Amino acid sequence: MTDSKYFTTTKKGEIFELKAELNSDKKEKKKEAVKKVIASMTVGKDVSALFPDVVNCMQTDNLELKKLVYLYLMNYAKSQPDMAIMAVNTFVKDCEDPNPLIRALAVRTMGCIRVDKITEYLCEPLRKCLKDEDPYVRKTAAVCVAKLHDINAQLVEDQGFLDTLKDLISDSNPMVVANAVAALSEIAESHPNSNLLDLNPQSINKLLTALNECTEWGQIFILDCLANYTPRDDRESQSICERVTPRLSHANSAVVLSAVKVLMKFMEMLPKDLDYYGTLLKKLAPPLVTLLSAEPELQYVALRNINLIVQKRPEILKHEMKVFFVKYNDPIYVKLEKLDIMIRLASQANIAQVLAELKEYATEVDVDFVRKAVRAIGRCAIKVEQSAERCVSTLLDLIQTKVNYVVQEAIVVIKDIFRKYPNKYESVIATLCENLDSLDEPEARAAMIWIVGEYAERIDNADELLESFLEGFHDESTQVQLQLLTAIVKLFLKKPTETQELVQQVLSLATQDSDNPDLRDRGYIYWRLLSTDPVAAKEVVLAEKPLISEETDLIEPTLLEELICHIGTLASVYHKPPSAFVEGSRGVMHKRLPARTGSCNILIMSKLNSSLLSPQLGGDIGGSPAMGAGFGAAPTVMPASLNAPVGGGLGDLFDLGGGVGMPMGAYIPPKTVWLPAMKAKGLEISGTFARRAGVIQMELVLTNKAMSVMTDFAIQFNRNSFGLAPAGPLQVLTPLGPNQTIEVSLPLSTVGPVMKMDPLNNLQVAVKNNIDVFYFSCQYPISMLFVEDGKMERQVFLATWKDIPNDNESQFQIQDCHLNSEAASNKLQGSNIFTIAKRTVEGQDMLYMSIKLSNGIWVLAELKVQAGNPNYTISLKCRAPEVSQCVFQCYEAVLKN
Amino acid sequence: MIGGLFIYNHKGEVLISRVYRDDIGRNAVDAFRVNVIHARQQVRSPVTNIARTSFFHVKRSNIWLAAVTKQNVNAAMVFEFLYKMCDVMASYFGKISEENIKNNFVLIYELLDEILDFGYPQNSETGSLKTFITQQGIKGQHQTKEEQSQITSQVTGQIGWRREGIKYRRNELFLDVLESVNLLMSPQGQVLSAHVSGRVVMKSYLSGMPECKFGMNDKIIIDKAGKGGVTNEAGKSDLGGGGSTSGKQSIAIDDCTFNQCVRLSKFDSERSISFIPPDGEYELMRYRTTKDIILPFRVIPLVREVGRTKLEVKVVIKSNFKPSLLAQKIEVRIPTPLNTSGVQVICMKGKAKYKASENAIVWKIKRMAGMKESQISAEIELLPTNDKKKWARPPISMNFEVPFAPSGLKVRYLKVFESKLNYSDHDVIKWVRYIGRSGIYETRC
Repeated sequence: MTDSKYFTTTKKGEIFELKAELNSDKKEKKKEAVKKVIASMTVGKDVSALFPDVVNCMQTDNLELKKLVYLYLMNYAKSQPDMAIMAVNTFVKDCEDPNPLIRALAVRTMGCIRVDKITEYLCEPLRKCLKDEDPYVRKTAAVCVAKLHDINAQLVEDQGFLDTLKDLISDSNPMVVANAVAALSEIAESHPNSNLLDLNPQSINKLLTALNECTEWGQIFILDCLANYTPRDDRESQSICERVTPRLSHANSAVVLSAVKVLMKFMEMLPKDLDYYGTLLKKLAPPLVTLLSAEPELQYVALRNINLIVQKRPEILKHEMKVFFVKYNDPIYVKLEKLDIMIRLASQANIAQVLAELKEYATEVDVDFVRKAVRAIGRCAIKVEQSAERCVSTLLDLIQTKVNYVVQEAIVVIKDIFRKYPNKYESVIATLCENLDSLDEPEARAAMIWIVGEYAERIDNADELLESFLEGFHDESTQVQLQLLTAIVKLFLKKPTETQELVQQVLSLATQDSDNPDLRDRGYIYWRLLSTDPVAAKEVVLAEKPLISEETDLIEPTLLEELICHIGTLASVYHKPPSAFVEGSRGVMHKRLPARTGSCNILIMSKLNSSLLSPQLGGDIGGSPAMGAGFGAAPTVMPASLNAPVGGGLGDLFDLGGGVGMPMGAYIPPKTVWLPAMKAKGLEISGTFARRAGVIQMELVLTNKAMSVMTDFAIQFNRNSFGLAPAGPLQVLTPLGPNQTIEVSLPLSTVGPVMKMDPLNNLQVAVKNNIDVFYFSCQYPISMLFVEDGKMERQVFLATWKDIPNDNESQFQIQDCHLNSEAASNKLQGSNIFTIAKRTVEGQDMLYMSIKLSNGIWVLAELKVQAGNPNYTISLKCRAPEVSQCVFQCYEAVLKN
Repeated sequence: MIGGLFIYNHKGEVLISRVYRDDIGRNAVDAFRVNVIHARQQVRSPVTNIARTSFFHVKRSNIWLAAVTKQNVNAAMVFEFLYKMCDVMASYFGKISEENIKNNFVLIYELLDEILDFGYPQNSETGSLKTFITQQGIKGQHQTKEEQSQITSQVTGQIGWRREGIKYRRNELFLDVLESVNLLMSPQGQVLSAHVSGRVVMKSYLSGMPECKFGMNDKIIIDKAGKGGVTNEAGKSDLGGGGSTSGKQSIAIDDCTFNQCVRLSKFDSERSISFIPPDGEYELMRYRTTKDIILPFRVIPLVREVGRTKLEVKVVIKSNFKPSLLAQKIEVRIPTPLNTSGVQVICMKGKAKYKASENAIVWKIKRMAGMKESQISAEIELLPTNDKKKWARPPISMNFEVPFAPSGLKVRYLKVFESKLNYSDHDVIKWVRYIGRSGIYETRC
């Protein structure tokens, strides 16, 4: 007998016939009929009309039939709530059945029937089942609490089921524990602030014991729950890690990944010089590599996670490059992910191998993959300087293949290589120009035009080449048009005599014949620049370009931290926080990695950033956190600055209060827009930094440009060079209505985690509100960090100046400053730059000054001011010369404002 | 957690549809069909997000299994579960095909009800499932109270994979060391990457609840034993000597994973592999090695383009193991360009054929002893094309089977202890077999 025949009945009057069969006296016939009903249900036919007849079959001692009826009930009860009540009696009776399998079946099914009236009846049987003598029934009942909570959360709380569920965590049966953990974790997710799981060292110990004994799935539930716990100190963290590591050898990849998640998270708390830390790092690599021999779908999940792990802790897999080599018959999604990781792992040590592979991939079939491989070659060149030459020659080889999309992709990346290594590989330009005609993608055309414009002086026929693009100017995409405009202006500035006509042509095309405002504006700016001051135009248009960064596509650090907390889950596959794809309240809570405990903080800071942190005279590293703590405490004395939106007048008051003896207030840069409303779903943030009475403040202006009210503001900083961190929460007490603006001032401390940033004074900030999390970065004037006790003794100054090697001295020019030395000195003192001595030599005033940074670094300065000369010369000496540039910028800003 | 589970045939018709969560509507079934099964392009990801609903899918022959969710589930777990689901179904009714699924749809619903509760995977060991989910469906009524509680304690218990009271007249066990050796070699013969992924598959027919201990020539153990001066545990019950060609004593295992019956904490602390085995066939462990691999074959390709319309290919294969051993089922696959019009092949041994549909010359040799070499040469004629794109030259791949473990792994012992029953380790009949197969064994040309 086969069941497939049930799928084929499609004749008319079927429902009627089924009705008759369902009411038949013969058991066999009844069962056949129910099977037909289920088959129809599966293929999407509406068989809800048979509800009473099917429910009538429920009273049976045939378990198979019973299960089929239950299946039907789960599907249709919601659409027929009144009739569903008919089933209640049977359920209640089944919950008392002597057979534990039947008791469990009843309580399992009842939980799936989402009808209010039924849930009322469910409470009593559920209560009994939670305390059933049979573990099979208890483990089913545990999940049923989660089901009930999903239907009616209040009921579950009122009935005290949560406490019973908590008790089950101490159950003797490991599977009951695992299911209870799963149910509690799910319920806790919808109550982010409740301390439902109440994880403490005792309960953690119970979970770790159950971990050794339960099924593979149970192990996953427990590990995922453990990952939410924050150990009290590094010792506890280590002991949990030790008990979790054996899971890395489990055959189930999900167990392995969840264990990796726990370890990656708890590792944050371990001091890096601990032996165990190194052991753990070593233990993580092999299981991650093993995941790559799993089925392709799991490989994909593993690779997406490895991509995160490699960004967070590159040291784990740095020697495992080979395993990420692409296999010819890997599915395309595995290939693309492997390629991504290869680039991340590329280093000087393995670059030869990587390049050979990439060259191989560039001849594959899949267009996306080939493009990505070509792009990867360019990224290698930018990342590993030593390989740049080989990368360029590889790219040239690829261009010779004349495969259209390969050529275009290669030209796009060569443009970046030119940016990174100017004046090095221009010899290849001739080859590139040969391929001009085959470029049909905007990005490639724009890249080529950029190259021609940038190197116009070396390309004999640059004008002809650009002119050829100009013919179809209006058909080009904006990207190409803008690039063409700039390129021709560059060409004109370099070879003004022959190209006047060309530049006029492009300017008129851009300004008169174009509808695109960006293009028009840029055209006008160039036009005016060229007509008023060609020298200035040259400075602007041909200005030196900032370097491009080595790593691209890096995940923003705060997001990365959050994703590390979600290893193994969908969030880690999508590389998006759960709030981006989960509806409702679940998953809105943002997870964070635990912070290191105080004792190890100093060590880590010193390792990360030893040159910056060691104060001027010897390695007294301990000084910095203590100082920071002093500042951290300061805001408590000044509550006013915390809450009230600070206006300008109030700010001045603070200056008066704190700045006794200061002739002028500290320099505060004007507010700038840090986060435009476009990028943050209507939230605009602008702000500045100030130092008031020894407290660093971040002064923010939040404007709601969206249509809805914004609430629940919070702020976080990424690690930064000087350990800046919010000293309190962001105080936005009232909801921010549409078009409303609020000014907030946030006191900062300097005891946060330290990581060297580039530029040094860069700060990455995450602001959260009820809508989403937004990220931006801003730069603070380093003068915020100049402390009040930065006046050095004369003798010490002299000794220190001599002591600092001359290599650490840097000289800068401050132009167009019309203050005399007295005024300058006063102004600088307002920003805690203290003049220690003054000397006049041949009409030149020499001012000697000292500055102390919040982390104990001293900066010594010599400022030369000559009467009548608006240009000052300044020499800076510091043991950490990295800061000099920033300090100079401060001088300039303070003196000119 | 998993919100629903659907099974489709190749046309996208639903064969099984089970919804576990309220947030998954009926339209989810159609969304997957339209956006994935009926999508024109090749599948670009096994995870698809359609209208804030995530779909995980795997394919078995032409059957699609899809798990659906709206939450941030553990993605690795979902895929592991889908594979497990396939295993469970296969062990109940064999191959996963449309016919078999339709024939067993009631059983499948019953299984889905048992192994997934509210989207949380539950015990899915076929051994214990088969004690109470049967195709007859009536077993429930005839069980005694003791039997019932035995079932539930097994399903929820610590040893969910084995039931009590198993009896055999002859206690016997079979160990298969199955390895797949993977290679990627450059045309110049440089090993770009090579690894062995191995499995130890065990068939156990043992009475009672035996405690087993498995030992192999793991470098860490051997070194430890050597240092501490501990006598070799292998002792009399040595099962080794599987026929590996190299004389090396121990192998470095990069990583291994174990069946859930193995006590992981014990492995972590002592590196010993101890367990109570499931009954019948199961996979005890998987492992991976990358050091000192014996590559059974070396492929030396020579491709020469003669003008635009002709290719000359010469491929030499050399076997690299003891002459007394025989490799079997050898197949070399030499890819040919898409515009091939004709092929002439000459080979010294075996049979070679040009298969136009597969764009490859397939050269088959039934058997080949160690330390031998053989050669094939082919002339490929090409149609002139104006396709600018160069032929990608896929690598030459190879398939074979050899009677030894390319990693060098040897089973040192497998001891069985059953304290309650009346048989000892000596009474158990043990068999060991080593099979090395080619995984992805490619040489670029």
